[in-house]
Amino acid sequence: MRRKLYEMTGRILLYGCTAITAGLLLFLIGYILLRGAGGISWRFLSTAESVIHGTVGILPAIKNTVFVILVSLMAALPLGVGAAVYLTEYARNRRFVAAIEFASETLAGIPSIIYALVGVILFCTALKLQKTLLAGSLTLVIMILPTIIRSTQESLKTVPQSYREGALGLGSGKWHMIRTVVLPSSIDGIVTGCILAVGRVVGESAVLMYTAGMSMAMQSFSPNRLAGASGATLTVALYHYAKENADFSVAFSIAAILLILTVIINSAASFLGGKLKRS
Amino acid sequence: MQVLFTLCGLIAVGFVLLITIYLVISGIPAIRKIGLFRFLFGKTWAAGQNQYGILPLILTSLYGTAGAIVIGVPIGFFTAVFLAKVAPRKVANVIRPAVSLLAGIPSVVYGLVGMCVLVPALRNWLHLPAGDSLLAAIIVLAVMILPSIISLSETALEAVPREYEEASLALGATKLETYFRVSAPAAKSGIAAAVVLGIGRAIGEAMAIMMVAGNVANMPALTRSVRFLTTGISIELNYSQDGSLQRQALFSIGLVLFFFIMLINAFLNLVLKREKED
Repeated sequence: MRRKLYEMTGRILLYGCTAITAGLLLFLIGYILLRGAGGISWRFLSTAESVIHGTVGILPAIKNTVFVILVSLMAALPLGVGAAVYLTEYARNRRFVAAIEFASETLAGIPSIIYALVGVILFCTALKLQKTLLAGSLTLVIMILPTIIRSTQESLKTVPQSYREGALGLGSGKWHMIRTVVLPSSIDGIVTGCILAVGRVVGESAVLMYTAGMSMAMQSFSPNRLAGASGATLTVALYHYAKENADFSVAFSIAAILLILTVIINSAASFLGGKLKRS
Repeated sequence: MQVLFTLCGLIAVGFVLLITIYLVISGIPAIRKIGLFRFLFGKTWAAGQNQYGILPLILTSLYGTAGAIVIGVPIGFFTAVFLAKVAPRKVANVIRPAVSLLAGIPSVVYGLVGMCVLVPALRNWLHLPAGDSLLAAIIVLAVMILPSIISLSETALEAVPREYEEASLALGATKLETYFRVSAPAAKSGIAAAVVLGIGRAIGEAMAIMMVAGNVANMPALTRSVRFLTTGISIELNYSQDGSLQRQALFSIGLVLFFFIMLINAFLNLVLKREKED
């Protein structure tokens, strides 16, 4: 009898909790799409907000998001891949490796509001970048570095030792071996790392709100004005419309776009990750 | 080339040192002006009246995190057991990407749904004057930590050697008894790591709870408007003047938060190390 009760409670808990998780997800997706999808139109995506016409558009936010992604990846990718190459190919001293890995894990665990503080004192104030997209992107570099290091490192580890020995045996130097054999065979992992990093940048709001500004106006991205560009990315724009303008239909439309972007980013990452596992 | 790669490796260490040093340098002045004891244990935070006590913020962060863990961990754990042991492969293959989608949704989106669905619902159900409350924040946080709890626990449960489970089944235990009394204890350090990671995520979240918690620096109570350590910083960061005591005090809050996070990280490392040794 007691055993039957145990069996029954266990089953209820297992199925019940899974149902809660699944229900929650269905609800979130359904609710966001239901309230947001209607507001997405070509004009919404391709124009800036206009007070005169009374129309809302998020093109500036899209452009700002792309800019932040490109700049932060451009800086974080070489640094992260370099660090991973050092850790797997060059490092001899185990203490040193442990210190770097510990640092990378620490960076991964620091919450974004702390990064926002650091960005404000370091990039906006000390380096005099003010509140600009550039300052925001540079702050994000620190934040996405661990993601790129880890996933590159994982994929470098899967490159068979015999490849390296073969290249070295044929008389290649170490750097030549890394460049022509090791890195090309771990390209999947590096790309996965980039995709995950893009995901973090797209989803980030706290850092950008305080280091990159909240303007919804169109920015100029011409080379000489680049350093001064400042404005909201998609997430910050969502916050702006929801909390400061109480314009929820626009906020939900942006949320729907973010949701779709998350689906795309996740499927790309898991597709590449699966390919990596098979190889 | 080696020098260049070594530099890249060192840069992560450099960033951690930089962050630590900057936070300490900019966090100390306000604490010295206010007094450590009055800063940490002062019960009122009112920048206008020059009162900077962060006890309500600390307690709110602790209660909020504890609440999120109490709700999120059981749901996450049972879902993980279901995914790892019970679910047919087809079902698991649908739920698993769904869970990682849950992990990828930006925190402002959680905040938005919380603001538009949860807050009004709480106001109506509990007959509150306003639904922005610690309770709303706890529920949002619980949802947000769910994916990391699920995926980490699932990985830990799947790593349990099959022989353990087969031995238990052969001795006449039912499947469920085996999962709960053999598999789960065998995976306990992995599950513990999942919980610690969840604590870290919950205590560090800012944007989502800024949208649902009301942001008044009250002493925490479930139905009251509250301010967390994270939101304590974020609410005033844009409005405080550079170099003012208020701005400096925000950095001091950052330092306290950083201290909590480092404590959690150290604990996580300890748990993970023990798992490696097992």
